[in-house]
Amino acid sequence: MTAIPLRPPRRLVDLTLDGEPVRAPEDSTLLDACRAAGKDVPTLCQGDTLTPKNACRVCVVEVEGARTLAPACSRRVEQGMEVRTDTERARHSRKVVLELLASSTDLSTTPRAAEWIEEYGAEPDRFGADAARVDEEPKVDNDLYVRDYDKCILCYKCVDACGEQWQNTFAIAVAGRGFDARISTEHDAPLTDSACVYCGNCIEVCPTGALSFKTEFDMRTAGTWDESAQTETTTVCAYCGVGCNLTLHVQDNEIVKVTSPHDNPVTHGNLCIKGRFGYQHVQNHAQNRD
Amino acid sequence: MDLRFGAGKPTDAERAAVDALLGPPESAWEGADDRNDTDLRWARGGREARERRELLLPGLHALNDRVGWISEGGLDYLCRRLTVPPAEGYGVATFYAMFAVKPRPATVVHVCTDLACAARGSARVCAELERDLGPAGSAGSGAVWQPSPCLGLCERAPAALAIRAGETPQAAVVAPATAEAVADAASAPHDAPAEPPAATAVPQTGADGPCSPPATRAGTDDDAAVPDPGPDAGQRPENSAHTEPHADPCARPESSARRDTSVPLAGGNGLVLLRRIGVVDPGSLDDYRTHGGYAALRRAFTLGPAGVIREVTEAGLVGRGGAAFPTGRKWAATAQQPDHPHYLVCNADESEPGTFKDRVLMEGDPYALIEAMTIAGYATGAHRGYLYLRGEYPRALRRLRTAIDRARARGFLGEDVMGQGFAFDIEIRRGAGAYICGEETAIFNSIEGRRGEPRSKPPFPVEKGLFGKPTAVNNVETLVNVLPILIEGAQAYARTGTGTSTGTKLFCVSGTVARPGVYELPFGASLGELLELAGPPETLRAVLLGGAAGGFVRPDELDVPLTFEGTRAAGTTLGSGVVLVLDDSVDLPRVLLRIAEFFRDESCGQCVPCRVGTVRQEEALHRIKDLTGAAAAGDIALLREVGRAMRDASICGLGQTAWNAVESAIDRLGAFE
Ligand code: SF4
Ligand code: SF4
Ligand code: SF4
Ligand code: FES
Repeated sequence: MTAIPLRPPRRLVDLTLDGEPVRAPEDSTLLDACRAAGKDVPTLCQGDTLTPKNACRVCVVEVEGARTLAPACSRRVEQGMEVRTDTERARHSRKVVLELLASSTDLSTTPRAAEWIEEYGAEPDRFGADAARVDEEPKVDNDLYVRDYDKCILCYKCVDACGEQWQNTFAIAVAGRGFDARISTEHDAPLTDSACVYCGNCIEVCPTGALSFKTEFDMRTAGTWDESAQTETTTVCAYCGVGCNLTLHVQDNEIVKVTSPHDNPVTHGNLCIKGRFGYQHVQNHAQNRD
Repeated sequence: MDLRFGAGKPTDAERAAVDALLGPPESAWEGADDRNDTDLRWARGGREARERRELLLPGLHALNDRVGWISEGGLDYLCRRLTVPPAEGYGVATFYAMFAVKPRPATVVHVCTDLACAARGSARVCAELERDLGPAGSAGSGAVWQPSPCLGLCERAPAALAIRAGETPQAAVVAPATAEAVADAASAPHDAPAEPPAATAVPQTGADGPCSPPATRAGTDDDAAVPDPGPDAGQRPENSAHTEPHADPCARPESSARRDTSVPLAGGNGLVLLRRIGVVDPGSLDDYRTHGGYAALRRAFTLGPAGVIREVTEAGLVGRGGAAFPTGRKWAATAQQPDHPHYLVCNADESEPGTFKDRVLMEGDPYALIEAMTIAGYATGAHRGYLYLRGEYPRALRRLRTAIDRARARGFLGEDVMGQGFAFDIEIRRGAGAYICGEETAIFNSIEGRRGEPRSKPPFPVEKGLFGKPTAVNNVETLVNVLPILIEGAQAYARTGTGTSTGTKLFCVSGTVARPGVYELPFGASLGELLELAGPPETLRAVLLGGAAGGFVRPDELDVPLTFEGTRAAGTTLGSGVVLVLDDSVDLPRVLLRIAEFFRDESCGQCVPCRVGTVRQEEALHRIKDLTGAAAAGDIALLREVGRAMRDASICGLGQTAWNAVESAIDRLGAFE
């Protein structure tokens, strides 16, 4: 379904955020309200184009009268709510969540993870050198993208994007249980034997870099990936009449990956295999043609 | 949805098992072998097939029951039949501990290593099995054994359960288990000695375990052997070997004496919920009716749905599963939802370590649960009830199936219940080894054929529950309470117990006591009185109240009143009624480690605090299992920090309570001091 700009006016509800009265449209989340008030609440599993699964719990805030903390990304505002975003209790849970994640997975490519670890005083090392880790090898089973589940925080976003929220392909799901849960195809088959159509919409939503373009993966391995040297150019895909927006990430005059603006009202950042991966022809140098 | 299936083909046995559940495929789109002209022109299935997704879990059971594991070809065929993406089918199959997606022998023996069994020698059984059959998980001589969380047989600990796949799948309970008996059951589950009757789990009936001869009782006790005598058969089951309360020559005089003096009971032996256990023939509907069965439903029809809810509310009934939510309010909230249909779900996924009361109720008095569910359906406007039974209860499954079939055949379920124009039917859904599926929203996902992960609330089940529709979820014990409420009336019912905890409560007493079993006491009796009934050990070290998610009580705290408010004030919880008694031979750090292992194994894995926190908790307890004082202090501080985050930030009750017992052992028992 496409967002339709014309909507009946939404009612506003009154609540307090850290003691300050604020008004927020009903249906908005505490996170929306926090962001509108200029408060920086950390989030990992929340994404702008998907319904959050509220699984990471790094965004928890304190709601007056509630027994447990509430995930800001999913809890809706209510009239008269008193919310505290920065209490010792909330900060403690965020700190521990960051420690638990960083001690079990590789957060090196998760944007802002290092900054939050510092901000909350998290010490992932304190669980000791023997602390169990996810310990997964990168899965390189096709030419287009790599699944490095050692970096996966199980946010469910790729599953939701591949499945009923966007792509309806259902190539991947969560398998196993507890600490052994992993994103997986059926029977852990290679992607090439799965239902994957290589739209790359899972890469688009992955918040950790666990899913990445093969180009990016190879360049990172070779140590040549340099985001500061990249430019981004948004253009229109010419393959078909849908006309999706493409953002070309270019380093050293080569397209190194393709994303799509999430605020596009038609496609919400989703593409198909052609727009996502079909860029080689633009840069077919003589040596590649041989 | 454009599904893609692998190249794997089902074997004939797998295909037959799935077809027996779903019927033969109608077209090649659904996996039929021959593709005809119509199939080539017209894609069939689609939405209709997708709407059968809820049959995924029964389908996985069908495969696992037939061949003992779930192969690629079998899973693919099942997914094709139901239009379920194979990746999702795989995700569901790998969620449950009783399923395997790798080949294994047809016979799997689950050996309980949980708290109550550990207190009664499961370690020895495992060591001997390892010697005789090889290490856990290694397939030898057609069987594989594996350690298991609580099997709900704590009164006969240590316990084991052998399950053999085949055309007629078999299950044999071995309890108390010896390595020899387990090996025998593994090689011939059909020849295993019959289980003792359910009444032996209820010491208050006087039918104590060692006194009743199970072999001679097996004939009448095993429902498979009891043909329904039909409406006009004059035969009374009392003629057979059924034990009457107090009539058992083996009843222990001292226990009856204690019962009469120490606990105020209301006359007779005071049993309300358990009154028919060992008295009624669990296979006979007529016998159930002779013993007061279906009087409550009859009264319900005269009261009308609103009247039933009023009675239940006035009686002060609150949920017995642990959360203690007022049942009447839940029913009223469900009944008034404009969205339809409404559903009723009976949570019989009793998996809290140390809990077995629901099993005893279902095995000993199955029609009571059927009647109570019918009343709940009537009150909440539901025409369909799902009975979600944990997968490890083979006898309860047999008895409930028989009871439902017979009730339906006699018009107590179906289109026109008791000729009152009310349609209601019950479907049993078997769990497959996942504690988390006892969580009230995880149970919906499990029934719907999804991974049994809890949903976030709000929305609450009364608004959006099973299949997104208003749903009342009640535990077995809660439901069974509705019968005395309707028969005696709310006022009379509420006279038992205390002001805020009315009625009687079932307690599952296990561990080092003389008479483990299910005890029924009015709310307000003290823990000490309960222990006196069960025969406490001479040197009591601690009592775990409320199960793995509960808390420890010290020997000097036995006057804590067994009420919701009383245990809360004492800093613990009644939970689901677990009373695990530990004497001073107990190795407390190992008990805590087992609890931590349990939560690590049973975490669904959805949220970080619980998925990783339970692992870190276990690791820390492992590091300090032989340490005390300053040497343990660092890890205890770590445990506190992780525990606090689990409690505050986890999605569901599992993670929120995973640190309770460990914390109470540290703070109240001085573990590691
Ligand atoms: S691969 Fe990425 S998007 Fe998928 S669950 Fe893991 S972190 Fe989330
Ligand atoms: S990305 Fe795919 S759908 Fe979008 S315009 Fe390009 S070819 Fe068309
Ligand atoms: S608390 Fe544990 S069991 Fe509950 S949702 Fe989170 S991971 Fe799953
Ligand atoms: S961002 Fe809210 S729970 Fe993950």
